[in-house]
Amino acid sequence: MARLTTEPELRHAGLNLADDPREVREQVESDVFGFWVFLMSDAVMFALLFAVYGTMRHATAGGPGPEQEFKFHSAFWETALLLTSSFAYGMVSLSMKHARGQLWLALWLGITFCLGAGFLKMEIHDFLTMFHDGATPERSGYLSSFFVLVGMHGFHVLSGLTWILLMGVQLAVFGPDDRVKVNLIRLGLFWHFLDLIWVVIFSVVYLEGLSL
Amino acid sequence: MRRDFITYCFGYLAALSLTGIAFACVFYRLLPPVQTFALVLVLALIQVIVHMRCFLHISLKRSARADLQLILFSAMIILLMVGGTLVVLFNLSARMM
Repeated sequence: MARLTTEPELRHAGLNLADDPREVREQVESDVFGFWVFLMSDAVMFALLFAVYGTMRHATAGGPGPEQEFKFHSAFWETALLLTSSFAYGMVSLSMKHARGQLWLALWLGITFCLGAGFLKMEIHDFLTMFHDGATPERSGYLSSFFVLVGMHGFHVLSGLTWILLMGVQLAVFGPDDRVKVNLIRLGLFWHFLDLIWVVIFSVVYLEGLSL
Repeated sequence: MRRDFITYCFGYLAALSLTGIAFACVFYRLLPPVQTFALVLVLALIQVIVHMRCFLHISLKRSARADLQLILFSAMIILLMVGGTLVVLFNLSARMM
């Protein structure tokens, strides 16, 4: 990380480090880079779950397949909710970067949380409907791989929601100091990354299944 | 302030339209299934790039960042592992038929 340029533009939206000494900035750079390494290892895991899903695609063993189980409208609205929550987190980053005050930060964080929770609620509802139809993970190799892949993403969203709550507590207790800001940057990367994984899920899993 | 805000808005609108096009193609069955899926994959790839650029602030210009190299390296690993898995297992299942 030695080749820091001196351009005034900040590398990571969100942190007001323009006046901070160089050491602080380099520390932040390496913290955020470390989080990128984690995200990419997570991406490799998701990629392999996608590969398993692809090879299991026709292993329905006579059980329910995507044609019967996927609902077009709920897939679309889930996508819209998660994308909008990603945009809302962008507004969190902007309020932080331009020091718009803690109220704006908390407001956008709350909106992000509500949209993410709405996504998760719809997804759980979908899963319960599938269970009701007898489409349980043990029914076929196809359904096992589906629930592992989509369920893993849902679990990540749940972790992200917990993290948002924790950041709310940190903001209330410490205020937006440097450490809280770095945590918010990492949470932002995590949250945008989850939306990115969902783009691949709705394309490869839902739209592929529904286009038949 | 303005410019950052515009970046996020552009990313949001672009992602929304790409999603809309993909869902519309499937909903109205504009093309045969194979072509539809190919189009959906291309749209997803474009949308991933839009997310990377507008939300995760990765760009080619500021290439001093190690982030970009890390992402490209991970993308290569993912391509090799996913591509390899699919080729090997589809080949196996074709031979088992």
